[in-house]
Amino acid sequence: MKTVLRAIAVALLLAGASLVPWSHATAKEAAEVGDDPANERHMMSLAAELRCLQCQNQTLADSNAPLAVDLRQEIRELLAKGQTDEQVKAYLVARYGDFVLYRPPLQTNTMLLWFGPGLVLAGGLVALYLALKRRLARLEAMEREAQAGSTGALSAADSQRAKSLLEEENGEGSLS
Amino acid sequence: MAASKFRLTFLLPLLVFVAISGFLLKGLWLDPREIPSPLINKPAPDFHLESLETPGKIVDRKDMLGKVWMLNAWASWCVACREEHPVLVEFSRSAAIPIVGLNYKDTRMEGMRWLAQFGNPYVTSVFDEAGRVGIDYGVYAVPETFLIDKQGVVRFKQIGPVTPELLEKTILPLIRRLDA
Amino acid sequence: MIPEIGNFALMVATAVALTLGTLPIIGAQRGNLRWMALARPAARMMFLLVVIAASCLVASFLNNDFSVVYVATNSTRALPVQYKLAAFWGGHEGSMLLWLLILSFWMFTVSVFSTHLPREMIARILGVMGLIALGFLLFILLTSNPFDRLMPAVADGNDLNPLLQDPGMVAHPPMLYMGYVGFSVAFAFAIAALLGGNLDATWARWSRPWTTVAWMFLTIGICLGSAWAYYTLGWGGWWFWDPVENASFMPWLAGTALMHSLAVTEKRSGFKVWTVLLAIFAFSLSLLGTFLVRSGVLTSVHAFASDPRRGVFILLFLGVVIGGSLALFAWRAPKVGLGERFEIVSRESMLLTNNVLFLGAAACVLLGTLYPLMLDALGMGKISVGPPYFDVVFVPLMAPALFLMGIGPLARWRKANVPEIAARLKWAIAVSVICAVAVPLIEGKWSIMVALGVLLAAWIVSSSMVNLWSRVRPGEGGQIGAKLASLPRGYLGMLAAHVGVAVFIVGVTLVKGYEVEKDVRMDVGDTVAIGPYTAKFVGTSEGSGPNYLYLRGEFQILRGEKLVRTMYPEKHQFSSKSEPMTDAAIAPGITGDLYVSMGESVGKTAWVVRVYYKPFVDWIWGGCMIMAFGGLLALSDRRYRLAQRQSSAGIAAGAASRA
Repeated sequence: MKTVLRAIAVALLLAGASLVPWSHATAKEAAEVGDDPANERHMMSLAAELRCLQCQNQTLADSNAPLAVDLRQEIRELLAKGQTDEQVKAYLVARYGDFVLYRPPLQTNTMLLWFGPGLVLAGGLVALYLALKRRLARLEAMEREAQAGSTGALSAADSQRAKSLLEEENGEGSLS
Repeated sequence: MAASKFRLTFLLPLLVFVAISGFLLKGLWLDPREIPSPLINKPAPDFHLESLETPGKIVDRKDMLGKVWMLNAWASWCVACREEHPVLVEFSRSAAIPIVGLNYKDTRMEGMRWLAQFGNPYVTSVFDEAGRVGIDYGVYAVPETFLIDKQGVVRFKQIGPVTPELLEKTILPLIRRLDA
Repeated sequence: MIPEIGNFALMVATAVALTLGTLPIIGAQRGNLRWMALARPAARMMFLLVVIAASCLVASFLNNDFSVVYVATNSTRALPVQYKLAAFWGGHEGSMLLWLLILSFWMFTVSVFSTHLPREMIARILGVMGLIALGFLLFILLTSNPFDRLMPAVADGNDLNPLLQDPGMVAHPPMLYMGYVGFSVAFAFAIAALLGGNLDATWARWSRPWTTVAWMFLTIGICLGSAWAYYTLGWGGWWFWDPVENASFMPWLAGTALMHSLAVTEKRSGFKVWTVLLAIFAFSLSLLGTFLVRSGVLTSVHAFASDPRRGVFILLFLGVVIGGSLALFAWRAPKVGLGERFEIVSRESMLLTNNVLFLGAAACVLLGTLYPLMLDALGMGKISVGPPYFDVVFVPLMAPALFLMGIGPLARWRKANVPEIAARLKWAIAVSVICAVAVPLIEGKWSIMVALGVLLAAWIVSSSMVNLWSRVRPGEGGQIGAKLASLPRGYLGMLAAHVGVAVFIVGVTLVKGYEVEKDVRMDVGDTVAIGPYTAKFVGTSEGSGPNYLYLRGEFQILRGEKLVRTMYPEKHQFSSKSEPMTDAAIAPGITGDLYVSMGESVGKTAWVVRVYYKPFVDWIWGGCMIMAFGGLLALSDRRYRLAQRQSSAGIAAGAASRA
């Protein structure tokens, strides 16, 4: 009796199986790698900001090093459990330190890093403005001195003419 | 007054360069790829895994509370581990502190064979086939060695082989301090 | 025997460099004609000797002489001949010899094309370059000799790193070095000017073409490196802000500022101090880059094997060259006169702002690159600074400069007429805004970042057109054709270079905004939709190349129902290395690239395949090449050709009247 039942079960199984299309027979739209493509993409975009610790300077997303593969799996699972990006990053930082983040966190020892460029730029432009003003003032002072001290200078008409000629030359000459 | 301030501006590039050179000089003796452990002075992560030698027997971190102990991450495929192993075997003979092995991403057969061939300094080895405990401990390059105190707090991590010099100059004094 | 000849040639070259670096410079200080006259022949002699040494190394490679350590570590019998040549610069020692070769080539060229320079100037210039060469020669002979012997010799070598066996490898380092090292000429001119105490417009006129050529090569070199990474590495990236990439980018930024500054010094006698400083900076950053790559101080995929001993040597060398030149600057520069007057808003001030912005950008890249080292050295922690940081910080820094690019060429010297500029640029602004709104919509998804990029690019192009139109507008002076033909090449070069920047921005913006990446599991017959195309996996085949075994996949690319092309990504297994190399198949196109690469095999016939669609990605390198072409145009300007024909006396007289 048991054997008969078993035989029927197998027969049904085979019959059912033959109805399922085999993957070789029909071409199909390729499936994205992984069981959950959305999670996979999320993991990869996060991994692109994280550092592979066994490599010479590669992201976790690009590296094939064993630890990178393991950590990607770790991240995959954490994200699937519903953890946020921040939580995943905190998880990794707790184990490997800030080194694992390619985007340096904003903290005391990275203040100079994050604010430096802006400060240098603002400071540079301000310094430039002040320097230009100072320079202009000095040149004007020198010009006034020269004018006051000059004798036998050009007549008023000639100096006007000279001035307008100079201005013409200052038109849009090319830089070259 | 104005002239000397002016002068200073011209000296600025040179001063910046000297500062940068200072950093570069110091940098020649640093390893940019060595990652210091964020676990120092933090509780050692838990583990609850089978031992390598006796499948079925569970090794738990809490078993080690109350004593100063050493955790050594190793693997049969790791070449540098072979370098430090004699040092560990010698050290284990002094029975100063127990050494627990963390067999990282290995197979039981290879791991046991390696220990049989090179000696077994470990009271037991945790069989971390998947490497999860390794990740919890921040292992990224075996061999790595941790010193953990009686309260289960990580006090020291060595990345790379343990040398006799390191043992003498750093590890043993630290053990003495932790034991006190 | 041959390696020994090469080694000996280097030793003789060291003696020549020592002579060149001392006697002519002292001679120029003291007015000693005989010593000054040594400069040219010594420079040419050095070039000859270094060429001999380089030829010996090439010969060793071609002869498969594996008794030479360097050949044994970088070559193998089966290596194709073009890669045996490229292996010259495949490792640290050889790349140092390449540096030296290119440096001595520049010295030779300067010695030939400088008949119009006063003899003190040429003596100092070649002398300074000789000192730099001396440093490199000592470095090579004492720490990095490519001619070291290996006893006993091996039967076959270790092979060149497979990643380097690529046409890009043959071209990228020489181009890059022509640029890097080329800035040594501008540097030498600057030092010579500081030593002689004469920083006038003529100095700027002489050093300008040399700077432009170096800048042009550096642009091409960086462009090739980026394109090579894209085509070779298999992950579709083209810039990673890796320390070595930054090491080449910083001199480029300083060099660009230098070119603009030199123009002002030449035309308006202004910015003399800035220009000298920038010339020192550009070359200093080149040298710094050389240090960073070889000292082990920073981690990088490009880094050569590190050795603290070499690091100390280069650092000492840096101290002497950079420290010395900056000290000379601090001493001499304050004595330089003020130059002519210009208002707060003028073309001069805009160019000065340009200098500040570009230098600021270079400083920002330097900060990010060195920051992890700085923190580590101070014991303040270990962090990583990567693309997320640089992308956020760099772009806002550069945006104002790109905006100025439209206004600057329209501004008058001395005093800019702002209302007039605004009126003329009205329609340029309108066009830019329309493009910024429309292009992202056309591409399918509006985003503020894409809009900003398109805005800047359209702004640059339309304002350049406004500028050009004002010069060729038919009216008094002739018709468009005549006016166009009579435009100075230097001006056209500027327009071309700026348009090149705009093209580059379009490429970067659109690729980042709209690229599509898919990682899929494909079995034979499966398809995947990518961008406007469908890729169908047909199957795989196997075979062997000159020194590797390959597995080749075949993919049909369809647009709708029509077969557009077939792509063959491969995996190469080199005999020496265990890790198979991915050779992605790339189908380039003006509106976008298709990129297919094979991952791992899963199951009997299925593979993990990565497909990308990268819209307008080739505009990135197209833009760079247009920039370089702009440099070439500027170089072909009439006055450089005229200068060669006129006698040195005539030029000197003309120069004196303008100074």
